[in-house]
Amino acid sequence: MGIVSSGFFGRGRRDDPALPPGQHLTDGFPVLSAGPTPRITPEEWEFTITTETGQVHRWSWTEFLALQQDDVSRDIHCVTSWSKLGTSWRGVSLDTLFESVESDCEFTMAHSYGGYTTNVPLDDLLDGKAWIAHEFDGEALEPAHGGPARLLVPHLYFWKSAKWVRGLEMLRQDEPGFWESNGYHMYGDPWREERYW
Amino acid sequence: MTDNLDDLDYLDGNAAAGPLSEFFAIDVVSARGRCASCGRIDALATARLYPNSHGLLLRCPGCAEILMRLVDTGDSVCLDLHGLSFIELRRG
Repeated sequence: MGIVSSGFFGRGRRDDPALPPGQHLTDGFPVLSAGPTPRITPEEWEFTITTETGQVHRWSWTEFLALQQDDVSRDIHCVTSWSKLGTSWRGVSLDTLFESVESDCEFTMAHSYGGYTTNVPLDDLLDGKAWIAHEFDGEALEPAHGGPARLLVPHLYFWKSAKWVRGLEMLRQDEPGFWESNGYHMYGDPWREERYW
Repeated sequence: MTDNLDDLDYLDGNAAAGPLSEFFAIDVVSARGRCASCGRIDALATARLYPNSHGLLLRCPGCAEILMRLVDTGDSVCLDLHGLSFIELRRG
């Protein structure tokens, strides 16, 4: 038995109050690849919000960059158990994109280039909680991390922050996306460890 | 896009044999399967396995669409086969 307990050296990394239960810190930025990386040029990129009436709100890359840009620093938490604190992003708030959108729906489905989908309640995208991010650490977002642009919803597990996002579809009822239909939680709150069904 | 097959971050389908052995009594990656998307028929061992993800994904080597999806939550393991229209075993 050791003479000095590990507690003598202070709080372990797992005890960091910024870490949700079951998470550990990483200094890197792991890439979880579910398939070939989409390579989308700015010329072909567009972002859309489609309402329940079929109305499509559309932004080209140039129009998207002309919107108000936010610089945000947030902790991110991957369901595979790594967390990264204080990550720096630049992008457009969903509040800005939804200014011109009229919808009675409470749910959304994010759609990505490459076919990925994930469901997020509308309330979790508004009031300064989510962005369409196109820069990470002051650099253009790399394709491996979702560039040209990804959804950033940092208060939920990171699989909700859809890489290569191309649009949001408004839904009257919640529906499972790609991972949610095969075992992953419909909401994904890291502080409640909502990893699986 | 899914037609970009230049990425090298995948393994061949043989690497799926272990995880799939929980479901199949035989070595299923030696069986042939038909991609429900493009119709290609080939041994599952030739499929592309993306293991560094939230689950195990087996994709068609022709069109890159998903053939199989396996998620292990610890308490259960779920296998989605909607991307395969059939699996064929040869006897003898």
